[in-house]
Amino acid sequence: MAPITTIHYLVVAAALFILGVIGVLTRRNVVIVLMSIELILNAVNLNLVAFSRLWGLQGQVFAIFVITDAAAEAAVGLGILIAFFRNKETVNVDEVDLMKW
Amino acid sequence: MQPVATTFFFYLLAGLAILGGVLVITRRNAVHSALALILTLLSLAGLYLMLYAPFVAGVQIILYAGGIMVLFLFVIMLVSIEKSQKEEQFNKIWLAGLLAAAALGGLLVAVFVKGRDLFPPRMALPPEQSNTQAIAIQLYGNYLFAFEIASLLLLVAIIGAVVMAKRRI
Repeated sequence: MAPITTIHYLVVAAALFILGVIGVLTRRNVVIVLMSIELILNAVNLNLVAFSRLWGLQGQVFAIFVITDAAAEAAVGLGILIAFFRNKETVNVDEVDLMKW
Repeated sequence: MQPVATTFFFYLLAGLAILGGVLVITRRNAVHSALALILTLLSLAGLYLMLYAPFVAGVQIILYAGGIMVLFLFVIMLVSIEKSQKEEQFNKIWLAGLLAAAALGGLLVAVFVKGRDLFPPRMALPPEQSNTQAIAIQLYGNYLFAFEIASLLLLVAIIGAVVMAKRRI
């Protein structure tokens, strides 16, 4: 088989990114939408680390920062989910319509 | 030390990562999705090891699979969702979402086809022992300001999450 080049890693990252986008756009459960966002962030991380293999360490440093920001964002997003669930007893995205016209 | 069976491990880890991704977006039970996401995260850690990034692989396992996913599982436990398992799983405009994702996929395929010969084919093997040291030199040297801002961001996130999840402020 062909030797593994950078493009192979980029294709895997693109596939994960598209799966995450499909999850965000089609699921109704808020927790699964948040997990799809984590999929997107991981796809970006794989891209960064694959390029850092070619062009220096900056990609890995950036990947560490992305993981840090993903942790902060997951904590805040889940806090919002808990506060919302306390009021409405549902984790359905369609029920978040208090500000709809 | 020379790498061994690179092709087999790449396809195995990539296949596991994509399988985990598909399971995340299609499972009815949120706990199953969380476990599939942990499978994806661990496969990606393996791929980072293949890319000679052991520190990022370690951070991925400890922080992402061991921290963030545990947080997700705790929240899934708290928002007890037996009721949401019986409801409809995909929303009304799922077809538009799939078409948008297909358009994005077409765009990415076009990028890959056009840029196929931009990358050098052979990548040199970097020295193995000093990855963590080199990242530390970059992180505390060039990117010190970003490091401090990231710690400030974590502080703000902690305060925000605690305030939002409290029953009475």
